[in-house]
Amino acid sequence: MSAPASLTELWVYLAASPLTALTMTLIAYQCGMWISARAGFSPLANPVLLAVLLLVGLLLVTGTDYRTYFEGAQFVHFLLGPATVALALPLYRQIERVRRSALAITVSLLTGGAVAAATAVAIGAFFGAGPDILASLAPKSVTAAVAMGIADKLGGLPSLTAVLVMITGVIGATLGPLLLTLLGVRDPASRGLAIGTAAHGIGTARALQMSDLEGAFAGLAMGLNALATALLLPLVWGWIF
Amino acid sequence: MLFYLTVILVCQLAGELIVVGLGLPMPGPVIGMILLFAGLVIRGGIPEGLTRVGDAFLSNLSLLFIPAGVGVVLHVGLIAQEARALGAALLGSTLIAIAVTGVLMHLLTRRQRARAGEGRGETGDRS
Repeated sequence: MSAPASLTELWVYLAASPLTALTMTLIAYQCGMWISARAGFSPLANPVLLAVLLLVGLLLVTGTDYRTYFEGAQFVHFLLGPATVALALPLYRQIERVRRSALAITVSLLTGGAVAAATAVAIGAFFGAGPDILASLAPKSVTAAVAMGIADKLGGLPSLTAVLVMITGVIGATLGPLLLTLLGVRDPASRGLAIGTAAHGIGTARALQMSDLEGAFAGLAMGLNALATALLLPLVWGWIF
Repeated sequence: MLFYLTVILVCQLAGELIVVGLGLPMPGPVIGMILLFAGLVIRGGIPEGLTRVGDAFLSNLSLLFIPAGVGVVLHVGLIAQEARALGAALLGSTLIAIAVTGVLMHLLTRRQRARAGEGRGETGDRS
């Protein structure tokens, strides 16, 4: 291989290697964490949001397309699967708590999951969004992998849903804890359940930072809401539309 | 370490197989989580190696959402065009859902908390 003649050629060469996108993703995350720490872990400086903005900026500035980026980033993306499986750990640690509150969890979770989907569609429709946008909005509180499958079933755009899920997670992780404190909800179990139901994995990641208990309930809520929404939403959607 | 990483991946793979085999409308990893959870219940505890592998994943959970999030570049046009509807729907419904779920759970478990006397200092639960 001949040496790259210019900076542009060097970038073209580097951008084609999965190593670059993988490394950039990790660096962007470190930057996000660093900024977040400098901001005193303010919920407004969400490290995921910061990292995504940095990477989007980098892609736009260098003219790299998303598919090229994802070639490398997929190694990180893949780990979402095993990480989801690993949520069994915090869940097991809180098994007694969960068992004692089984009924309360079921009622709160089903109500919250239904409210999340119904309000998203209602508000979207109020502002005049088309049917494909509404179908992409409906599953936005569910973890990305499931939400994309549901959106596809409802006639939405799965890749748009992935983005809406992401934004939902950031909103929930950022403003959720604040809102719950304002409402006087201070017990970690209720806080975790609320954030996990409405803001899936990104909310769970935030809840795990607060306490093991909050994280366990968030992880539980994320899993159960994914299950409930995947089973019920396509049925309800069929009746209404 | 490697053994427990294998255990986690086996749970995920089994979850994927069950989902495809039974035509379930949910993701394989969620079934994998249920399988691992069932395994822990049967075993009656979490092996130390599994704690280390699992917590390594969970302590960096945020990182794993970044690649999907960067996908926002694919829809910049559509999102800008529908910004008002999408913004209002996402912000409004997420906050309403958090409020409803949190307050409902809080009210439903109030008596239980009072009985357990957990009203004060219930935060430092980190392991």
